Amino acid sequence: MSEVAGGIATTNATHRRQPAERGTLLGRLLTARFVQGFAGIGAIVLVWWIATALLAPEGGLAARFAPGATFESLLVLLASSDLPLHIGVSLKRILVGLALALAIGVPLGLIVGLNKTVEAATSPAFQFLRMISPLSWMPIAVMLLGVGDYPIYFLLTFAAVWPILLNTAAGVRHLDPAWLTLSKSLCATPWENLIHVVIPGVVGHVLTGVRLAIGILWIVLVPCEMLGVSAGLGYMVLDTRDRLAYSELMAMVIVIGFLGFLLDAAARALHRRWLPGSSA
Amino acid sequence: MTLATPLLEADSITLGYGNSGPVLADFGLALNAGEIVTILGPSGVGKSSLIRVLAGLQRPSAGRVAVAGSAIEGVHPRVAIAFQNPGLLPWLTLERNVGFGLSFKRQPRLAADDRRVRIETAIRRVGLEHARHRLPAELSGGMAQRAALARCLARQPQVLLLDEPFGALDEITRADMQRLLLTVVRDFRTATVLVTHDIDEALLLSDRIVLLGGAPARQLAQWKIELPQPRDDSVAELGRIRIDIVQALHKAVVRHH
Repeated sequence: MSEVAGGIATTNATHRRQPAERGTLLGRLLTARFVQGFAGIGAIVLVWWIATALLAPEGGLAARFAPGATFESLLVLLASSDLPLHIGVSLKRILVGLALALAIGVPLGLIVGLNKTVEAATSPAFQFLRMISPLSWMPIAVMLLGVGDYPIYFLLTFAAVWPILLNTAAGVRHLDPAWLTLSKSLCATPWENLIHVVIPGVVGHVLTGVRLAIGILWIVLVPCEMLGVSAGLGYMVLDTRDRLAYSELMAMVIVIGFLGFLLDAAARALHRRWLPGSSA
Repeated sequence: MTLATPLLEADSITLGYGNSGPVLADFGLALNAGEIVTILGPSGVGKSSLIRVLAGLQRPSAGRVAVAGSAIEGVHPRVAIAFQNPGLLPWLTLERNVGFGLSFKRQPRLAADDRRVRIETAIRRVGLEHARHRLPAELSGGMAQRAALARCLARQPQVLLLDEPFGALDEITRADMQRLLLTVVRDFRTATVLVTHDIDEALLLSDRIVLLGGAPARQLAQWKIELPQPRDDSVAELGRIRIDIVQALHKAVVRHH
């Protein structure tokens, strides 16, 4: 996280320092960053290839996970299989989990942030619940909610609600006192204060929470989908294993990594779009 | 001349925090419509606290504040306050910041058209027409302060409380804003309390100057200035009052430390 935030801060600082040269300088920077990033990915593929093709014993299991076979399978999977369907199912689960976490986390976060008594009463409980790995609820969720989408929604929501709740509450505590004085001096009702000052004032923190939540959701999703469901990326991982389609299994790992990368990029773009030039 | 009820009246205000002695003791003030009173005093003497009490943002430990004859329990819809920190909402454009709060339930009812005219006029008065669609992050410090002043003007308040609102402005904009304040007070007969460090500003604008000092702070002296507006600081009488104020302020600072 800190690495990512640091990266954003550096580009912003460059923007400010060189407004006149922004185009060319940013262009050069982007190119440099792009090249460096590409080189890093290339290095990983190289290590992967060395490990599976050179170091592994000839004809062993490891060779079946080699880059060549994996990318071949990936192309086949993308061209002619149910993979897009499974991706769609997984993304839908992410969205439902995120929506539920927002619907629960934002109002609760506002209440916790606005009321010191509630905060004191809930803080230890939330810290306790937050530190329970969502996956440890898995058997309980399946026993109570049955197999299917519901236990997955429950687990995803449970995983994603904490960063959103805690960031919303932190956002309320960090509201500029001048804004609150202003709305008080304008005789705002508590409702007007909430709608016109508090909620817009915490959007930045909520979006930070969303970004953290998306990272957690994606990590929790795959093992969740290994529980008696018949679609989704986690299901595909187990399915390829059971079919002994090892290069496809490795291709699924690549797909999961790539989609996670895109999701995080989308969350970051959303954050930047809503808060241009902010430090939140 | 009939003796009207003062628009803003403060009666034996005492303000203290916790167990320590009061910071402000037995302060009284009465303003009529169209009057400008400036509060001068050493920094840290409690001028800002006094303004907050007058605005109803803070309850005094004792005493009462009344607007147009009736005592206030809290903030009053016809009292506007501007601080040194403009306090613009960063997610609203300048135009929306100026209109912020005009449609709140406890504010005087306004038709949408009237609201638009009010906002438009206020923005024009502070000379920010060209920047109306900008966000606060895209405004200079001076522009932000003018926007905050416009937000007060749009409400057409009966009482205007200004806590060093021109502090961060450059000389020329500052003079512009002082002239603007005088026109607004003349046009709307607003009772205005101004807190400032600047003795010349006080001399140019005020009908009365109140010197706050001592611990606990109280009114040490008061000057009435009965010169017509707009004033020129080369007038001999202003020079005499100026020397008087400087001496009194000096004594107050010594006593304060």
